[in-house]
Amino acid sequence: MFVDLLGQHFVHNALVAGAIVAVVSGTIGWFVVTRSASFAVHAISELGFTGAAAALVLGIDVVIGMIGGSLAVGLVLGLLAVRGRERDSSIGAVLAFGLGVGVLFLSLYQGYATQATNLLFGSIVGVSDRQVLELAIVAAIVLTGVVALYRPLLFASVDPEGAEARGVPIRGLSVAIFLLLALTTAEAIQVVGVLLVLTLVITPAAAAQRLTVAPARALLLGVAIALVATEGGILLSLAKSWPTSFFISSISFAVYVVARLVSARRTQT
Amino acid sequence: MSVVSASDLSLRFGARVLWETLSFELERGELLAVLGPNGTGKTSLLRILLGLLEPSSGSVTIDGTTPAAARSRVGYVPQQRIFDRELALRGRDLVRLGLDGHRWGAARLSAADRDRLDRALDAVGATAYADAPIGRLSGGEQQRLRVAQALVSEPALLLADEPLLSLDLAYQQVITGLLDAHRRESGTPVVFVTHDINPVLSMVDRVLYLAPGDWAIGTPDEVLTSEGLSKLYGTPVDVLRVRGRVVVVGTPDDQHVHHVGHEH
Repeated sequence: MFVDLLGQHFVHNALVAGAIVAVVSGTIGWFVVTRSASFAVHAISELGFTGAAAALVLGIDVVIGMIGGSLAVGLVLGLLAVRGRERDSSIGAVLAFGLGVGVLFLSLYQGYATQATNLLFGSIVGVSDRQVLELAIVAAIVLTGVVALYRPLLFASVDPEGAEARGVPIRGLSVAIFLLLALTTAEAIQVVGVLLVLTLVITPAAAAQRLTVAPARALLLGVAIALVATEGGILLSLAKSWPTSFFISSISFAVYVVARLVSARRTQT
Repeated sequence: MSVVSASDLSLRFGARVLWETLSFELERGELLAVLGPNGTGKTSLLRILLGLLEPSSGSVTIDGTTPAAARSRVGYVPQQRIFDRELALRGRDLVRLGLDGHRWGAARLSAADRDRLDRALDAVGATAYADAPIGRLSGGEQQRLRVAQALVSEPALLLADEPLLSLDLAYQQVITGLLDAHRRESGTPVVFVTHDINPVLSMVDRVLYLAPGDWAIGTPDEVLTSEGLSKLYGTPVDVLRVRGRVVVVGTPDDQHVHHVGHEH
């Protein structure tokens, strides 16, 4: 039964889509964790949901709506928040309102409610060839952006004063990272859903940073953890028909807990 | 040729005039301390030298060019601000950013740059903890790494903005000693913004004193006198020398701490 499933085209699509999303999420995650911007990820994903719900009502492509919603919030947050943690309450206020509007759109939408459930909890097993291609294109944009901006982005994220003195455009980079994050979030929503985006964007990077402090190594390790969680989650959900998102978030969390234990032991000795 | 040449600088925020006709030159190897109470534009002057702020009028050249164009040849040591304990970064990474953090893209360091990085870490005595998480280091150790970051690109000019703030006395001496040794060896002049002249008194060549609405420049003995400061402040001020320390009494601004010595 399990082995039969592995030969299915939709399973291949799911695994490829999962891998693409894991790579971008793990990469962007390093910067998000370093900037303490977890809450912003949550805000972006919930307003991505609002955008998607609006798209449902308007009868346009849901992914377009989602990316539109995420990018709009990413732009605003990037302009407002050079430092993520100082803006907690304003992010909270904006995202709560956006979510309310999303609920209204959903109630206006006359179609199948599964669309809405998929947005909230993810729908990796129904990914079409076209969607895989879309995911790959967006991922290529995000990864190109990160590579092109890598050193100044790192500088601005860890040492904004020093970076500014060297002429690094910290405001522009703040906007850039939030836009890249918005695209990443829109990708991750398609795999794990709005409510579980953090499990791919935050948890793997946070676990990786517990295990190594060298930036490039931590970034790659975060990608690896995200890959294990996504692919493992998809495979497990084939074997036992519980939701994929549950397995992905469980693996990701398990790795995080182990990483914390390891780092706690290491600092003791 | 002077490394820094500032002529006729003025800075106004709205109707408030911080200073006017401020001119000075900075020669190779010189250490200039910028002193004065809060709100007189000490940090703004550094931002002008970094090309991050335009003066209201006047002009500055650094190494013969505009501050913005010279920026990659200027090292900057900011106020010590403690890094987050959990930050996933090594001291080595922070110092490295001073070499190539402003360049686009991702790349490995060349062998020559790796060598410069190691030398900068060694010069500030940070080699032993260069690979430890930076957030776990003491404030003084972190500040040494910031000095290394400023020195690693072998700059033509060093700017330091209150680099001793919240450091204990031993580390204040370490940091000032590092900057002093560097300018003597390499000839790189230093502009050192501080509210307390005493930690750097023995090494300072000249003092730029910014008072509300006026300024003076000269050697410490020329500027830090009762008459000089009384004239600057427009009110009687006493400058005393006590056991090799400068103590200023009677400035209108009581938060102005350099007369007390240590606020910590």
